[in-house]
Amino acid sequence: MSQPVTPTTARADVIIVGGGLMGAATAFFSRQRGLSVILLERDLVGQYASGTNFGNVRRQGRFLPQLPLANRSRVIWGRLPELIGEDVEFLPSGHVRVAFKQQDSARLEQYAQDCKPYGLELELYSGRKAVERFPMLSPDVDCASFSPLDGHANPRLAAPAFGRAARRAGATVLEGAEVTNITRTSEDFVVETAKSQRFTAPLLQISSGAWAQKMAAAFGENLPFTPKAPQMGVTEPVPYRIQPVIGYASWVEEEGVYLRQVKRGNIIFGGGQRGTVDLVAKRARLDPLNTVRQMPHLERILPDFARLRVIRTWAGIEGYTEDDLPVMGPSARIPGLYYAFGFCGHGFQLGPGVGATMADLLATGQTEIPLAPFSIARFAQPSAQ
Amino acid sequence: MDKPVVIVVGAGPAGTRAAQTLAQAGLRPVVLDENRLQGGQIYRRQPENFSRPASKLYGASARSATALHTAFEALLPHIDYRPETLAWGISSNQLLTEHHQHVETLPFDAMIIAAGATDRIMPCPGWTLPGVFTLGGAQIALKAQACTIGAAPIFMGTGPLLYLVAWQYLRAGVKPRAVLDTSSFKTRMKGLSGLRHRPAILAQGIRYMADLLRTGVPLHAGITPVRVEKQENDTDLRVRGVTWRTARGQLRHTEGDAVGIGYGLRSETQLADLLKCDFAFDALSRQWLPVTDEDGATSQKGIYLAGDGAGIRGADAAESAGELAALRCLADLGRPVAQKEVECLRDALKPMNAFRHGLETGFPWPWKNAADLPDETVICRCENVTAGDIRRAAGPLDAPEVNRAKAFVRVGMGRCQGRMCGLAGTEILAAARNIPIEEAGRIRSAAPVKPLPAKIRGIMT
Ligand SMILES: Cc1cc2nc3c(=O)[nH]c(=O)nc-3n(C[C@H](O)[C@H](O)[C@H](O)COP(=O)(O)OP(=O)(O)OC[C@H]3O[C@@H](n4cnc5c(N)ncnc54)[C@H](O)[C@@H]3O)c2cc1C
Ligand SMILES: Cc1cc2nc3c(=O)[nH]c(=O)nc-3n(C[C@H](O)[C@H](O)[C@H](O)COP(=O)(O)OP(=O)(O)OC[C@H]3O[C@@H](n4cnc5c(N)ncnc54)[C@H](O)[C@@H]3O)c2cc1C
Repeated sequence: MSQPVTPTTARADVIIVGGGLMGAATAFFSRQRGLSVILLERDLVGQYASGTNFGNVRRQGRFLPQLPLANRSRVIWGRLPELIGEDVEFLPSGHVRVAFKQQDSARLEQYAQDCKPYGLELELYSGRKAVERFPMLSPDVDCASFSPLDGHANPRLAAPAFGRAARRAGATVLEGAEVTNITRTSEDFVVETAKSQRFTAPLLQISSGAWAQKMAAAFGENLPFTPKAPQMGVTEPVPYRIQPVIGYASWVEEEGVYLRQVKRGNIIFGGGQRGTVDLVAKRARLDPLNTVRQMPHLERILPDFARLRVIRTWAGIEGYTEDDLPVMGPSARIPGLYYAFGFCGHGFQLGPGVGATMADLLATGQTEIPLAPFSIARFAQPSAQ
Repeated sequence: MDKPVVIVVGAGPAGTRAAQTLAQAGLRPVVLDENRLQGGQIYRRQPENFSRPASKLYGASARSATALHTAFEALLPHIDYRPETLAWGISSNQLLTEHHQHVETLPFDAMIIAAGATDRIMPCPGWTLPGVFTLGGAQIALKAQACTIGAAPIFMGTGPLLYLVAWQYLRAGVKPRAVLDTSSFKTRMKGLSGLRHRPAILAQGIRYMADLLRTGVPLHAGITPVRVEKQENDTDLRVRGVTWRTARGQLRHTEGDAVGIGYGLRSETQLADLLKCDFAFDALSRQWLPVTDEDGATSQKGIYLAGDGAGIRGADAAESAGELAALRCLADLGRPVAQKEVECLRDALKPMNAFRHGLETGFPWPWKNAADLPDETVICRCENVTAGDIRRAAGPLDAPEVNRAKAFVRVGMGRCQGRMCGLAGTEILAAARNIPIEEAGRIRSAAPVKPLPAKIRGIMT
């Protein structure tokens, strides 16, 4: 997305650091609210977590207080063609969570009760009924929880599509613009890049994904943070039969695998153990043996999986906080500074909603979406204050 | 100290000679090959119950073939040979293999990769019709299975294999309808100075052409493929012939019931990529190749490349290179190595390098054709991605290089992971963006190197 003329200096209402789905969607919605926007992306828009993830557009199973944000996002997913001009292969074909152990089934039942007040309606199928409803599932499934309005989308398309839409709407979207230094004058943030470009704005959003911790720390807001590499794979294509995304609701990390079939026919899968990350080399270390370890668990959900062949594996770089919840909202220390990072492996579904909600904050300083659980203030060290 | 573990991937000419050299030095190398039988491409063996003699199977190279096969049989007690075993990934410092749905992790001290090559493909409209094969595929059908791709085949492309395969078909009693070469006489003359370094091979090539001409097989030079035609009946998708342009631009049609297509070979480099070996752009073949020194040592300690997998130099060079890489590996492991032998092999390979230069110059990959392919031409057949799709990625979607184009339109995302379509797809991208080919990048490799069964019955460590 090379901008025809690359400015070396510019001022705007808001500078967004990082062009993943969070940054790109924020840029788009900020333009919709009339803010002037500069988005600075180190490499290519959507190249990291946002472009390599599994593609799950799933609400069920989320931390309950996150559902208002997820619901808002789900509405936007359905409106993408009118908003950004393409559907990025979003298929609202449902999401199934399956359980094999009674204690896991009990959790699914409990969740189905608890999420109702948030407007999320789930259908539960027990024992034989699960296989009658979803014939591709193993007969050993004890319980299936179905969220009919969830689904999946193509992560390789989503963030770049938001980036292009933001640009069409007038945002300055710069790729190959690595932010190397951020300082603050009395009225502006001053953001410098590796190419010696210099940008200023009174508002700043940090959405640099797994790389955000250092930037927050530089503003005195460090937090426990671990980059990890969830591992994905894909099979050869077979006729399109599996509409919903299927996930294994286990509380054992190795067992927690999930899969979806794209219309082209390939089955994409992921989960299990995560690999490690080299943030400097910008590489996720994939262990192909983890792929082999995923397979029996995938077969346990979908017996026919065993008849396929795997053609590719990959891993992506994602930032994880200690409580598995993102950092989202205003800085607790610096006025005009906003965060949206650390989405702990579940930010793809949230992306469009995060963009709209951050645009609320940037434009008006407030939003109707409850963000308190995601405030960076929860990590503040009493001694450091 | 325990004997170091050296793994040789591939049991073709390069791998066999590497294994032999290691065994002679007292090591017991692991030799694995995904094929059922040793021999590699050129010296591919026929199934056990087939009985054609070597002279019939391998023609002029029968002697080398028999020598290589015999050498390997003699090696068997001294190596850990694993046929039907795919090297598919790297985990820490271990090679991951798969054999009959069993995965094994093999730690190693050094590895010699002799993975060979595949046909190099420039698509054209109709190349995915039933009845179109690669030249190598057409040859394998004949060599391994005693089958032909059709009764009236047309061979199109460029390079020595084009004439060899046509000639082998002729000898098998199937007269090719035509040999259509994209390289012109003038271009071939430019390669002559390099080709002259191996006079015997050059003479052999000229003999193939003469035999073909004598029996009335038309040989056309400097052609441009237009399209592989299908039967007029819409339900019959089989090949009816090839439409092409003469060097002067006239449209011609040749009838035939099968087509063999190939434009030289491309190295199999995924394992070197997974091992994080440095790659560099090779202007001669217009592709990214792992960097090696003259002995085959890569940028990674203990990783060596030999044979076609390091650059296309043919079977004789592969044998020498296998031996040389093994000697280098032994020296690096601190074993005594006769320096004279090393010098001898280096000298033997010099004319091969000049010959390779001659081949790539005289029978170049017609990369310019990529820019002119109609939008509807399928480039990536695994994922059904057309030239137009790639141009859309290059233009409106603004993909600066081929991995980004892959992310957007799936080129190179299928079963072959871009091994067949990657070079042509990258040429189309480069042409559409008007950038040099080296800036358009190369498709990144990932495990598994080739499709892996989802049902793994056990992991052995
Ligand atoms: C393999 C994998 C599978 C996943 N599966 C799912 C799923 O199925 N469903 C789901 O909801 N979520 C999933 N997630 C999580 C989801 O992908 C992420 O939460 C989400 O994409 C995060 O978006 P982001 O914009 O915060 O981060 P990123 O997409 O990582 O974007 C951050 C950007 O910041 C840029 N940047 C970094 N440093 C700088 C700098 N100094 N200057 C300028 N730019 C900089 C980077 O180049 C990068 O493009 C998955 C994640 C991974 C890795
Ligand atoms: C289809 C084809 C036909 C050819 N015909 C001729 C010919 O007739 N005359 C001629 O002069 N040249 C021919 N060539 C060129 C020929 O490849 C070389 O001359 C010679 O065979 C190169 O020897 P090599 O040992 O480098 O590779 P190869 O002979 O190709 O041997 C490589 C071996 O490695 C194995 N292998 C590769 N990857 C893996 C993996 N991941 N795991 C396990 N095993 C692996 C393969 O199964 C193969 O047996 C042909 C090439 C091809 C591709």
